[in-house]
Order: sequence, then C-alpha cells, then structure tokens
Amino acid sequence: MFDELRELYQEVILDHGRNPRNFRHPEDATCAAHGNNPMCGDTLTVYLALDDDGVIRDAALEGKGCAISVASASMMTEILKGRTADEAKRLFDSFHGMCTEDDFDMAAAEDADPDALERLGVLAGVREFPVRVKCATLAWHTMSAAMAGETEVTTE
Amino acid sequence: MSDTTEVMDMRPGDSGAAAFDVERVRADFPILNETVHGRPLVFLDSAASAQKPRQVIDTVRHVYEHEYANVHRGAYHLSERATALYEGARDKVRDFLNARDRKEIIFTSNVTEAINLVAKSWGRAFLEEGDEIIISEMEHHSNIVPWQMLRDEKGLTLKIAPVSDDGVFLLDDFERLLTERTKLVAITHVSNVLGTITPAEEIVRLAHDAGAKVLFDGAQAVVHMPVDVQALDCDFYGFTGHKLYGPSGIGVLYGKAELLDAMPPFLGGGDMIRSVTFEKTTYAPLPAKFEAGTPPIVQAIGLGAAIDYVSELGLANIAAHERDLLTYATQRLASVEGLRLIGTAPDKASVASFTMESAHPHDISTVIDRAGVAIRAGHHCAEPLMARLGLVATARASFGIYNRREDADVLVEALETVREIFG
Repeated sequence: MFDELRELYQEVILDHGRNPRNFRHPEDATCAAHGNNPMCGDTLTVYLALDDDGVIRDAALEGKGCAISVASASMMTEILKGRTADEAKRLFDSFHGMCTEDDFDMAAAEDADPDALERLGVLAGVREFPVRVKCATLAWHTMSAAMAGETEVTTE
Repeated sequence: MSDTTEVMDMRPGDSGAAAFDVERVRADFPILNETVHGRPLVFLDSAASAQKPRQVIDTVRHVYEHEYANVHRGAYHLSERATALYEGARDKVRDFLNARDRKEIIFTSNVTEAINLVAKSWGRAFLEEGDEIIISEMEHHSNIVPWQMLRDEKGLTLKIAPVSDDGVFLLDDFERLLTERTKLVAITHVSNVLGTITPAEEIVRLAHDAGAKVLFDGAQAVVHMPVDVQALDCDFYGFTGHKLYGPSGIGVLYGKAELLDAMPPFLGGGDMIRSVTFEKTTYAPLPAKFEAGTPPIVQAIGLGAAIDYVSELGLANIAAHERDLLTYATQRLASVEGLRLIGTAPDKASVASFTMESAHPHDISTVIDRAGVAIRAGHHCAEPLMARLGLVATARASFGIYNRREDADVLVEALETVREIFG
C-alpha cells in the first residue's frame, strides 16, 4: 500500500514542501503570474526576472499549497535560474511528459536537459496519482503564463 | 398497476424494526462491497454526494425497464403510469417536508437551480434598488453567487451574517443586520464545511419580524434530521436528491403557495404553459409553471424511493445514529497529534472538518485513499468561509447512515500514516 506513497512523497519533496526555496517577492521581477488550482484552492505566485538576452536571472514564488505543488514550485525556481526562456519552455514540456506518460523516456526527451530532468524525476511519482498531476504542474503553468504576459492561470 | 405496487413495496429491512441496525443498512448499499487499492471502501464523503441503496437503484432500473415514458403528455398507458409515479414522488416530497400543498413542491435539477429560481424569478420581480439580502459567512457558493448576480443586476446590498471562530451562527449579530430594507434572508440550514446546524426557527422569527422572507439551503440538513417547513414557517426551502441517497440531477424547491403563485416563471418552454399563440402565452398553474421542459422524470421517482428509504429508517433514528458517530469520531480525531477540528458548534451534524499541522488536506486525502478511505479535501465550494477562518482548505470526513464507528477507527489509523510520512 505504501510503496507508491513513498515514491510520491520522497524526502526531497517533503523537504522542499516544508521549506520552499526562493520563497519571496523579488523587487526586480520582470514578470509574474498568479496560479490557482480551483479544485483544492492551492494558490501560487511565480516571479521571474529575465535579462535582456532572455535569460532567467531570478525565479521566486509565494503562496500556499499542498506538499506536491509547493515542492514542485520550489524546485522549479532553483532549476530555472540561468536558463533561457526557451529552455524553460522545453523543460516544462519534458516535465509534463514525465508526469503524465507511463512510457516517458527521459533520455530520449528531445532537447532535454539531463541534469534538470534528473532532479525533477523525484516528482514523476505523481503519474500514479492522476488527480495530483495538476499540483505538480501548477507552478510550471504559472511560469509559462508569466512569460507569455498573462497574469492569471487556473488548472482547469 | 401491479408493477407500480412492486416499486412502492421496496423498503429497507424490516419495517417493524425500531432500533437502527447499521449492518442491515450497509447490506442495502452494493457499493460498500467495493475495494479501493485492495482495501475495503470506507466512504466518508456523503456530504459531497451519498451512495445509493439497492432500493433506489432498483426503482430507477425498474422504471426504465417497465414504466418509462414522457410525463404529462401521452394519452396512453405507459405515459399515465410514468406521470403517476412522477407526481407520486411529488407527494412523497410534500410529505417528507410536511408542506401544506403538493403544488408547493417544485422539481429542479439541484439546490443550485432551486436557489437560482428564487433569485431570478422572485428576486427580479419583487426586489428594488437599495433592498438588502442577508446571507452568512458559511454559505456554499450556490447560496452566494446567485445573490451577487442579483445584487449587481438590481443594485441591492448583500449583507453577511457572521459566524464565531468555532462555527456558531451569531444570532445577535444577525439580528443587528436586519433593517426595514431587508427583503430576504438566505441561509444554510446545515453548513457543509462546519456541520453547524443554524438556529432556523429563530432566524425565521427575527426575519419575519423585520418583514423579510427566508430561504434555507437544506442540502446538508434533510439528510441528517427531520425538517418540517410548516413548523419552521420558512418561505423557501431547497434540497437535493443525490445527498439524500437518491439520484443526481434532481432537486427540490419548496415555496409557500402564495409566493410561488405571485412569481413569474423562471424558464419558458413546454409543460409550463396553459396555451401559446405567437401573440400571447398564458402559464400553467403550480407546480407546472416552474417546470419547463421534460423534467428529470426517473430521477424524481428515484428521489421518491430514497425518501421512502430514509423515512422507513426514520429521520430521528438516523439523527441519533449519526450523533453517536460524530461524538465517537470527534473523540478519536482529537487523539491525533497536530490535528485541529474546524467547526465545533454544540449543535452540529455529522461532518468533521479538520486540518493537520504537518500535511495539507490534499496530501492527507491522497495518503488515506490508499487505505481505502474517501474524504473530501479542498475549500468545499465555500471560499469566503475558508478566508474567514484563515484557511485555504480543510479535510472533511462526513458520516452517513451506512457508516460505523469502525470507519472512524480506520480513518484515524490512516491519519497516523499521514503523520508517519509528513512527521
């Protein structure tokens, strides 16, 4: 009964869930969006500071949510720093595949970023919990909305 | 009409049994034989939607197999039978609520539609700019949004009656909100999040003294206790079938006849008319005036079977059974370290909302689901109440007629697993 739960709630996730990194509102954010999961009321704000070359200098978050959504957001902010907006979008695609496709092949993911994907791999346990996929991807949807100039996103 | 008789005779257990026999009730619910992740299902989400007894399932199937046709139309045998069953269900609802007259019972698709009917019909016709509506802090969105829409349309004022931190409806504060401009008080009879039973009689007395009408959202109330709309003297009362062990897609609006008579129709269409020409339409009398189009026929008949079922068990017996469960579950939950009960009003129905220090409600729900325990996690369509209590979400275990003390034990054991994982 608990193997899948242990797989979902790995120590790294519990740690990020309890102590989210980059939990702050950066003064120099160049874009931000508010993400909302209406099913459970989870709410996150993602802040990004992009430089002129489209490189993410800083990524941060604020909000409240379950262990999965907060941990995913926290890890995302760490991973995005130093990456370009395009790289971030590709990473989101790969991460989404990892969370939803049973036969997702990390090595074969096109344009993948092996280090980042390996770190995000701890969240792949949500595959066994379909209703929790939205928790894991909320921050990424929000990040994507922020870069597209939108300010609100819901995971309907 | 022997088939009809057969439907009517399907009753739970032994009609002579006075004591509440939960094992006998459980035997009537086929879904309780299901396993979830290899564990027996422990269903603690009846407040969201209750499971159905065989008597309801069989009635629905029987009607589709033997007695189905459209109602109020055909001059043929089957249509007459379906009409008799459908209108028979209305009589059962009238009896269930002790309404004075069967024409005061309007079938809707759910409580949400019942409330919207009052807002769109009565509200639009009889409220004017500057009039006031009072709701409470613990309303479900379905008893907030229709009034906000009406407020914005008509220039009304929406006032919010407060609840205490432990979930008690504050009657004195409510009384102070009433003015001569207050035209409607729309309050939940039992809170879906906190379980609080609101002081309905006092609310009606105070509201009527101020000249206001009263609507109760009874979705969570009729399943837990006897409700008598004449004794309450409320003006409108709504409830829904699927929480009362009946089908989804069927709800009820009770309204006092003189009010319903004076109200314009809600939806226009077939069945709600007396005659139609391109120049002018005259409307059917109650209750048809408010039932445009083909109604949820079999759902209404299924609701009738559900009412038979709970009436046979006895609402007072059900209330006593659930009171015992609530008391037991409350004690057991209190033993879980870091668990906080949300909603501890002295007068409450068998709904136990809680939070845990270490885990978000959503995580709680995921973990205990693996032990076969189904609860609700989230804001329960009551975001303003969550904000009032400084929460984003709660976990909610709700107990129905088929639950046993053992279910609370399994829940608490599963919550210990949550603590193991989240510390």
